[in-house]
Amino acid sequence: MSNVPAELKYTKSHEWVRDEGDGTVTVGITHHAQELLGDMVFIELPEVERELAAEEECAVVESVKAASDVYAPLAGVVTAANDAVVDAPELVNQDPYGDGWLWRMSADDMSGLIDAEAYQAIVDADG
Amino acid sequence: MLKRTPLFQSHVDAGARMVDFGGWEMPVNYGSQIEEHHLVRRAAGMFDVSHMCVVDVNGSGTIPFLRRLLANDVARLTQSGKALYSCMLNPEGGVIDDLIVYYMEPEWVRIVVNAGTADKDIAWMQLQAEGFAVSIEPRRELAMIAVQGPEARAKVHAVLPEQAEALTALGRFYAHNVDGMTFIGRTGYTGEDGYEIMLPAHEAPGLWQRLLDAGVLPAGLGARDTLRLEAGMNLYGQDMDENTSPLISGLAWTLWFKDAGRDFIGRAALEAEQATGVQQRLVGLVLEGKGVLRAHQRVVVEGAGEGEITSGTFSPTLGVAIALARIPVGEASHCQVDIRGKLLPARIVAAPFVRDGQSCLA
Repeated sequence: MSNVPAELKYTKSHEWVRDEGDGTVTVGITHHAQELLGDMVFIELPEVERELAAEEECAVVESVKAASDVYAPLAGVVTAANDAVVDAPELVNQDPYGDGWLWRMSADDMSGLIDAEAYQAIVDADG
Repeated sequence: MLKRTPLFQSHVDAGARMVDFGGWEMPVNYGSQIEEHHLVRRAAGMFDVSHMCVVDVNGSGTIPFLRRLLANDVARLTQSGKALYSCMLNPEGGVIDDLIVYYMEPEWVRIVVNAGTADKDIAWMQLQAEGFAVSIEPRRELAMIAVQGPEARAKVHAVLPEQAEALTALGRFYAHNVDGMTFIGRTGYTGEDGYEIMLPAHEAPGLWQRLLDAGVLPAGLGARDTLRLEAGMNLYGQDMDENTSPLISGLAWTLWFKDAGRDFIGRAALEAEQATGVQQRLVGLVLEGKGVLRAHQRVVVEGAGEGEITSGTFSPTLGVAIALARIPVGEASHCQVDIRGKLLPARIVAAPFVRDGQSCLA
């Protein structure tokens, strides 16, 4: 049942990060995270130009079941927020690595992220 | 080791996400809680509620005993099969549990109590039964399947053709006793029409399968919670417990004081609370903007003080966040809710929010 794309980087707190190759990254929550939370009903994103510290709480995803904080996977400045998921939170369930992305940000230092294999191990340990 | 219902394997086969629900391994959803919710509002869904406990009270002292034990008055029940919702109180007026009573015969009443409270309920009943000619018998060999939704009755009639005639004639909030084991109540916890079917545990997987074959899809406890909250129904342990009286829990309508000579347990405490003035009320809230209301969020009522949300969720039917909240008494029609440090405006309304598939909001 694993759905952990090999080309992405991850955090232990279930964010995924895609390097766009232009000094920015795209951030979302993983398939495993959305599956644990269930149907999304409300999403709050960081504002564009906000400066984020690594591991800072900067977004909230709420499902019918619970609210969950989303953390900045690295330090940087928000360059875009995905308004589509604010209007249609279910996109995060339907396509967590695609249309369900949350925000883009500048990124200098990606050394704190883990690779797909390490993240898969965390998912497996979760059951 | 978590307890399992006779339908455990049926849930696993249906791809359920199983969770620990008060010591029971129960399905929270079978994929999408919201889809299961809509299914019950729009067609029919079924829930395994076998974790709840059936308790039969028999004997010549049945009615006098229950008139002492319960805050609602079973003497109001004169027609066989009629159901009554009641609180069972402690002497301080706190709620030990809320339950459904089905009056069957003068010497037989069937009660359904919550799963998490069943053991303490039965112990309390047995303690109070002293001096009454009654037997109190938990029927743990019975399973229970709730089939709910606008199409629920027709589906059940098709699956149980031998009961269809009796069920078609059955009024709302009445039960049809088949043989003392199998027992069908036109009751539920969703705000929709439908049945709660009690039957021997070993027969439950077969009935579940026949309902599936008839097109009734399973719904999990997640949907059961959003459905009951939309219907404005309290959840024990969340909206009321042993430390809250029914008077501050939106349950005054379930208290029956008319017979002054009926000394039900908790009555004196409730009358004292009324005499000194009830301080709080349980109300419905509708969040005006985006966000989700959750239990324990702080509620600020201007000029009256503060309160707290007891149950909150996103309403799939209405597309807004709704809640039950305990706030200071008064006439306020608006309040603010503290969501992660921001005070957001909410409207104070009377529950229910949804009944028979339709919004009750003005």
